[in-house]
Amino acid sequence: MKREDLTIDVSDLPVYAFGARSLMWWGTLGMIVIEGTMFALLIGAYFYLRGRVPDWPPNGLPPQLRWGIVNTVVLLASVLPNIWYQRAAERKDLATVRLGLVISIVFAVAFVVIRFCEFRVLNCHWTTNAYGSVVWTLLGLHTVHLITDLADTIVLTALMFIGPVDGKHFVDVSENAFYWYFVVIVWLPIFAVLYLAPRWI
Amino acid sequence: MTPGEDAVKSPTDFSDSVDVQRERRQLAETWREPTGLVGWFSCVHHTTIGRRFIITAFVFFLLGGIEAVLMRLQLARPENRLLGPDLYNQIFTMHGSTMMFLFAVPMMLGLGIYLVPLMVGARNIAFPRLIAFGYYLYLFGGIFLYFMFLLNSGPDNGWFSYVPLAGPQYAPGKRADVWAQLITFTEVSSLVVAVGLIVTVFKLRRPGMSINRIPLFVWAELVISFMIIFAMPTVALASTCLILDRLIGTHFFNPAEGGDVLLWQHLFWFFGHPEVYIIFIPATGIISAILPTFCRRKIFGYTLLVLSLVATGFIGFGLWVHHMFATGLPKVAQSFFTAASMMIALPTGAQIFCWLATLWRGKLVVKTPLLFVLGFFFNFLIGGLTGVMLASVTLNQQVHDTFFVVAHFHYVLIGGSVFPLFGGLYYWFPKITGRMLSERTGRWVFGLMMIGFNLTFFPMHQLGLKGMPRRVYTYLPGLGWEGLNLLATVGGSIMAVSVLLFIVNAFQSLRAGEAANDNPWGAGSLEWATAAPPPVYNFARLSVVAGHDPLWDEFEKQPVVTGVRSDLREVLVTTVLDAAPDHKYLMPDPSMWPFLTAVATTGLFVGSIFTPWAVVIGAVPVTITMIGWFWPKRREQEEQAAAEHGHHSGAGKDEGPVGGERPIWEGQA
Amino acid sequence: MKLWGKQKLWRNALPVICAAMLTLYSSCAGRQSALDPAGPQSLRLSRMWWLMFWVCTVVFILVMAALCEALRRARSRARPEVEPIAERKITKVIAGALGISAVILFILMIADFMTGRAVYSQPQNALQIKVYGRQWWWEFQYGDPQPSRRVTTANEIHIPVGRPVMLQMTARDVIHSLWVPNLHGKTDLMPGYQTTMWLQADRPGTYRGQCAEYCGHQHAHMAFLVVAESNEQFNAWFENQCRAAHSPIDASQQRGQQLFMTRGCVMCHQIRGTNAGGRLAPDLTHLASRQTIAAGTLQNNHDNLGNWIADSQHVKPGNRMPPSGLNGEDLQAIVSYLENLK
Repeated sequence: MKREDLTIDVSDLPVYAFGARSLMWWGTLGMIVIEGTMFALLIGAYFYLRGRVPDWPPNGLPPQLRWGIVNTVVLLASVLPNIWYQRAAERKDLATVRLGLVISIVFAVAFVVIRFCEFRVLNCHWTTNAYGSVVWTLLGLHTVHLITDLADTIVLTALMFIGPVDGKHFVDVSENAFYWYFVVIVWLPIFAVLYLAPRWI
Repeated sequence: MTPGEDAVKSPTDFSDSVDVQRERRQLAETWREPTGLVGWFSCVHHTTIGRRFIITAFVFFLLGGIEAVLMRLQLARPENRLLGPDLYNQIFTMHGSTMMFLFAVPMMLGLGIYLVPLMVGARNIAFPRLIAFGYYLYLFGGIFLYFMFLLNSGPDNGWFSYVPLAGPQYAPGKRADVWAQLITFTEVSSLVVAVGLIVTVFKLRRPGMSINRIPLFVWAELVISFMIIFAMPTVALASTCLILDRLIGTHFFNPAEGGDVLLWQHLFWFFGHPEVYIIFIPATGIISAILPTFCRRKIFGYTLLVLSLVATGFIGFGLWVHHMFATGLPKVAQSFFTAASMMIALPTGAQIFCWLATLWRGKLVVKTPLLFVLGFFFNFLIGGLTGVMLASVTLNQQVHDTFFVVAHFHYVLIGGSVFPLFGGLYYWFPKITGRMLSERTGRWVFGLMMIGFNLTFFPMHQLGLKGMPRRVYTYLPGLGWEGLNLLATVGGSIMAVSVLLFIVNAFQSLRAGEAANDNPWGAGSLEWATAAPPPVYNFARLSVVAGHDPLWDEFEKQPVVTGVRSDLREVLVTTVLDAAPDHKYLMPDPSMWPFLTAVATTGLFVGSIFTPWAVVIGAVPVTITMIGWFWPKRREQEEQAAAEHGHHSGAGKDEGPVGGERPIWEGQA
Repeated sequence: MKLWGKQKLWRNALPVICAAMLTLYSSCAGRQSALDPAGPQSLRLSRMWWLMFWVCTVVFILVMAALCEALRRARSRARPEVEPIAERKITKVIAGALGISAVILFILMIADFMTGRAVYSQPQNALQIKVYGRQWWWEFQYGDPQPSRRVTTANEIHIPVGRPVMLQMTARDVIHSLWVPNLHGKTDLMPGYQTTMWLQADRPGTYRGQCAEYCGHQHAHMAFLVVAESNEQFNAWFENQCRAAHSPIDASQQRGQQLFMTRGCVMCHQIRGTNAGGRLAPDLTHLASRQTIAAGTLQNNHDNLGNWIADSQHVKPGNRMPPSGLNGEDLQAIVSYLENLK
């Protein structure tokens, strides 16, 4: 048999795919691992510094619980429209995707605003001591993620409205939701560290 | 072709039918890189960006080398007045920072960017624009560092910048901030490249290249990419905390307000130790690539070698405290790190034994790349053994922070990485440029480098044991250090000559060197299955792979993949473990946005060493350029639509449009 | 000229062997040498060094011999060997080699732990000295139950031979590291931490120590001396250190003292028994009893002292002592006064 007779024909394969089949998913996962590592280390630094002093917070009060709890609820709730539009994206249901993205933006604006309320009742300042430094930095880093997530989602929503929309853009939408889940889930240990640890430990 | 044959016939030397020729022309047109000055900033092919990484890294290698020569000249005599303390302290910091951040890692990543897609049989690297962005950010970071150095604001606290010396109280001016921001530039660059390499290796391999057939160099690049992802964020965090302490008054490292000076060391070395393995592991990949070719047989112990690479990567994260043995940490904790630091010798030893076995059972072909491999064995073994010595807490307390340590790490970094690197450069130069480097000059380069290197660094072991600490701009006479220092300086000059000879060799070969055919060494990996230099689409024929040395595993008899379009930048995406065809993907077109985003990001990074507001203000151009980057152009929209409508049936849950119908979602509210 | 692998290796090994012989030949002895132990701590460490050295040398020779043999075989072969049964045998050899390596590493590790146990044990009847690392000099304070006998000095300590000395260390500014190679390994001095280390000299002599953690501009010139002497000599030295400073004995020294008190030296330096009470710079009460000045940089003699006071920046650029602007008679007067502070 001549060499040219042995072929594997891939012309029927699709040109986009969802989930772990797509390159974008792996790229997003890489980003998540990188950011997650940074958060993990910052939390490690928090407890390391804790071990160096007898009182924690030193000479002060822990952050006020109210806005932290409210924001945690808002963040967790924001997962719902994300799941909704992610499933719609996999069906290529553009109308639902558009609506879901807009609702997510509303949630994102809400949690960014509430985050600023959280900052105001942290009961410490970064210039006072190492405790204040690490608390502000940890909350600040997560806030940067909230803001970039909001910005990404706005741009993506604009794209989905302006069009034209191809299958590949639905994959991008799905990955946006993936990143969103990370931003929410990584908040849970940070919340525990900032708000609960100084009270319980 | 089998390994026993000498390299004469190129595996791409198939009879090119008219169809194939037409396909090649179309591919060349589709994948064409832009030209001209503006076009230079829009290139996205991995071979272009890989070459830029390699050349830029080599330039920084030369700059770091000049700094080393200056240091050696200053230390040649006691109480020498060639360089004053301020300049010397800047120079040794620049030397370390340049070599570690601007040469070693980018060079290894650059080789990866160039070779990995070729070795896995892909037409381009994953996320090419991201890789281009990574290059520009690296370049701008290096330029920023040297610009500040020329303004007498170069960092001067050593390449690991301990606090409180680098903190706000003891390091006035911007020098320490320049260092910290250099970290930010290079670490973001390395991170994006690492993500691109991982996704390339996982998803873009040639059908048939299952996980147990991935070339060892690719495995090495994969392992370091993972290491980069876990290690670099640590140093990013550390340098950010340092800038925050210096710029806005945080107290991470200020013991007076609850901060801790050892926190810096923990964070830095948690990155710093894996960093040296990030530099060393690709060199082992280079050895595993070169050795089989010059032993005319497959590598011995492929599985053991892969396991050793992965084990080294893991264990490498558990050693960092051995840089802190003099800080008085609890002895029990230190013992754990002694054990781990000794244990890591085992996977490295396993690699050495496998290579020895390959040689033992092979047929020797002595060419310059092999000479550098032999040099590696000699030099790295010395370095590795002194490493075992340093792992002992008690002995460490005598030799830590002395020239003994300087000798050790130069033996493992130069012996263990630079020698294999030069071997790799001699090995892959024909593939990258289409010309051979002179074999005769290569032997001179090797010989001089071997002699110069050992003369420079071997006496330093003795110097350290005789009491000479490191990072001293001068020393008193009468302590018995004069002769050894002079010897080291002489050795350094010989090393400099060998590097200059290499550069001369490279320029001569580029101009008038012997032309190289596709596979002058008769090697077995896929990068040799295409022209030298490779066409911009890498491969015309996508043959299935049947072993971990594809060209030696009945390459001619393998089936060919058809159906990947040549009128669009289509690549085949395969599954992670088995590399079975999964779907196709349209690679992005050349674009200037990665360059513009890098410029905007540079503005943000540089501005933020002067004022925290630069982060807020700088975010605006960064956002704008990133939107420009990701917003699809009309031509890209059309190409994507053409690709999606062009196929006839969906696979799995992706139901595409039928025939030429417009997709159901377009234009409907 | 074509050079084959093994010949190449030997040709290039030659300069290394020469370098090695040269370096080993240059003597191990020295007053700042880890290979010339003068106390029990450094003796234990040097034994650890020689154990490691010989084990590593043997391993190196064995691996290089294997490499040379492999090259010899590969050179003489017409075709590479790929026969599977032989490959399996080699796998067993490699497994064995790895096993032996693990055993060797384990033995070295145990040797390290045992050495550590001895080196870090707590000594009895130790002389207590507090050490403060500063940019770029060493502050030493001898402990004593009576506060009036807590001698503060700088850059030179005397210790009795045969008695352990317990150092309690911290830094006043950045991280430093105290290292007297003839007596012990090094331990860092860090702000916010207190580290401890004990050492002992078993033979009399003057041993040089140097800062071993980069601490800024003049890290290279931050040394100190440890003078180990007999008990009688040590007691005599210590009694002298406890005394207040000698008064000036002639007009020139009077003038010198007057200049010292009025020219700003008192802002940083202390001379016990006078009004000079600065704590930022070395205690000068018994300056003339020290062998060196400027943290081990210069011999303590008339000319060096004069040059140092006139403009220390010329000797140790970047150090914290500003030029005094003194010259001529005034300079001679101050030097004369300080030379009297025995």
